[in-house]
Amino acid sequence: MPNPQGFDPKAYWSATLKLLVTTLIIWFIVSFGAGILFRDALDGIHLGGYPLGFWFAQQGSIFVFVGLIFWYAKRMDKIDREHDVHED
Amino acid sequence: MELKTLTFIVVGLSFALYIGIAIWARAGTTKEFYVAGGNVHPIINGMATGADWMSAASFISMAGLIAFLGYGGSVYLMGWTGGYVLLAVLLAPYLRKFGKFTVPQFIGDRYYSQTARIVAVICLIFISFTYVAGQMRGVGIVFSRFLEVDITTGLIIGMGLVFFYAVLGGMKGITYTQVAQYIVLIFAYTIPAVFISLQIAGNPLPQLGLGGHTGDVYFLDKLNQTVTDLGFAAYTSGNKSMIDVFCITLALMAGTAGLPHVIVRFFTVPTVHDARLSAGWALVFIAILYTTAPAVGAMARYNLHATVNTAVAAGGDVFAPESSIQGETRPEWMKRWEKTGLIKWEDKNGDGRIQYYNEKSKDPAFLAKAEAAGWKGNELGSDKKGKFDGTVDRDIMVLANPEIAGLPNWVIALIAAGGIAAALSTAAGLLLVISSSISHDLLKGVFAKDISEKGELMAGRVAAAVAVCVAGYLGYNPPGFVAQVVAFAFGLACASLFPTIVMGIFSKTMNRGGAIAGMLTGLIFTMTYIVYFKRDVLLGMDKVPDSQWLFGISPEGIGVIGMILNFVMAYIVMKMTPACPEHIQHLVEGIRYPRGAAAAQAQH
Repeated sequence: MPNPQGFDPKAYWSATLKLLVTTLIIWFIVSFGAGILFRDALDGIHLGGYPLGFWFAQQGSIFVFVGLIFWYAKRMDKIDREHDVHED
Repeated sequence: MELKTLTFIVVGLSFALYIGIAIWARAGTTKEFYVAGGNVHPIINGMATGADWMSAASFISMAGLIAFLGYGGSVYLMGWTGGYVLLAVLLAPYLRKFGKFTVPQFIGDRYYSQTARIVAVICLIFISFTYVAGQMRGVGIVFSRFLEVDITTGLIIGMGLVFFYAVLGGMKGITYTQVAQYIVLIFAYTIPAVFISLQIAGNPLPQLGLGGHTGDVYFLDKLNQTVTDLGFAAYTSGNKSMIDVFCITLALMAGTAGLPHVIVRFFTVPTVHDARLSAGWALVFIAILYTTAPAVGAMARYNLHATVNTAVAAGGDVFAPESSIQGETRPEWMKRWEKTGLIKWEDKNGDGRIQYYNEKSKDPAFLAKAEAAGWKGNELGSDKKGKFDGTVDRDIMVLANPEIAGLPNWVIALIAAGGIAAALSTAAGLLLVISSSISHDLLKGVFAKDISEKGELMAGRVAAAVAVCVAGYLGYNPPGFVAQVVAFAFGLACASLFPTIVMGIFSKTMNRGGAIAGMLTGLIFTMTYIVYFKRDVLLGMDKVPDSQWLFGISPEGIGVIGMILNFVMAYIVMKMTPACPEHIQHLVEGIRYPRGAAAAQAQH
């Protein structure tokens, strides 16, 4: 299938990759970062009855994941439109 | 009404619903059979993915695992949800744009190689059968425990039902029954959790209840106090090494993203935009259960301790003789579940009371106190082949949870229906990817290329039927290590399919040789490592001590190293073999942007 007219695949792909990297950094920070690597430090802080590191590991990371996917989907839609490769 | 009658009615009604949906959603074409016609709404698909994903293990075992592991249980919570982020940004939209029916088909086309496709089919079949055997076993167990029919009868009923809607309806039938099954299982899971959270923390939301107060202290502080008083490790601290926790979490995440039965769900939505959204919706529906599970686990653990030691809830000395309840007056639910062997009381010191504590505590002060109190070993555990085993079976934490908390009978009946729904929906999804990899990849793709659409549809049905029977057999006669080898499914998906698909999308130059070498390296390394360190359960040989683990990584987490080896080997072989042809590079370019996704599938 030929590329759509006037479409710059390089620019589109680099915008996509930039968003992807941002998304994966957040994904990493809330789970591996807050829930595992820096848990001990965060456990000193409390969120209600939750030690914060424990909260990230068992609740917080999951909430962030959900929000993150929708945010990513929205940003991708924007990139698709800017490069005129969105679906009708 | 008697519990058993009530359970029969609730489970029977749920079955009638599934059968009704299966008849309504029959498949007429291969496209309906493989991808439900490709026009499933993203929210519906998200719900179906949730049911597909949440297996008997998620429903029955996970909260119990968390209950006994405490913080250590986080690996499952993060690992089995974080994979959806990877799916949404790395795989689902691009595979949807590619617009074919199966995962091996993508690998075969992208790497212009029938060999790659066949290797992918082998990975897929191995992963899926490991997984499905556990589901069928789960169906049998729920039947036998709640309905008191024997496991074989339970299995045959379960097989018959899956056979009916998977063979008749293919992906279309499965999708819509999974939606119904999601609704059944999520109600079954959350209703008892809400009641228990209200009882313990006075908050109807378990997610808040876990961080809330019980009496005038925080519940988690109270739980930590309780378990440490009894010699166990504090609930909110872990006992696995950080590198192991890290690797297991990552292996479960990448494994989730690489599981074929999850990936194919994203082939069923109309557009790339919908595939991204659908991953989000799937995680919403999964998160409802996964954020509830930590509360279910923690509260069940507390209730169990509070049941057998009255000083836990009332305060006072847990070592005082009258704090431990008398065996004669133990609650009804305990007697009932003793029949299943999941829980067992053995009066080691002959005082007629139940002492439940950590006899293997490393704290000498605690052990001295226990001895001074006349405790002669932990007395609450489970029955392993007639022998007392010092650990309470984790499954009881969900199965008997409503009874432990004294909830009404209809809630217990609902748990049975929910457990069966969770097992059936996952089994059906797995059986479909197995059958489509046989009819579409092996027959249509390699061995019988000129098969007609009608012939292929028939082959798909026959393959599904055979797969149901094999799964039933494995469930009836499990190779003894089903529960142990779930690590296999995730480790292999993480080390074989996931990296290969990711490279197929994000590298234009990755070639046939590199992909095959990488897949085989990841597969063989991971499989060898798991078999080596689990050879005591798999082959009945002497156990290799855990101290020999590579970098201290357990078999559950080794898929991560397999994945790294896959990437490295693929890169090295790519440099040494002929470059990826021009037309494949165009193909990769084409799957990277969304426009034309509907057309890609129509051409098929």
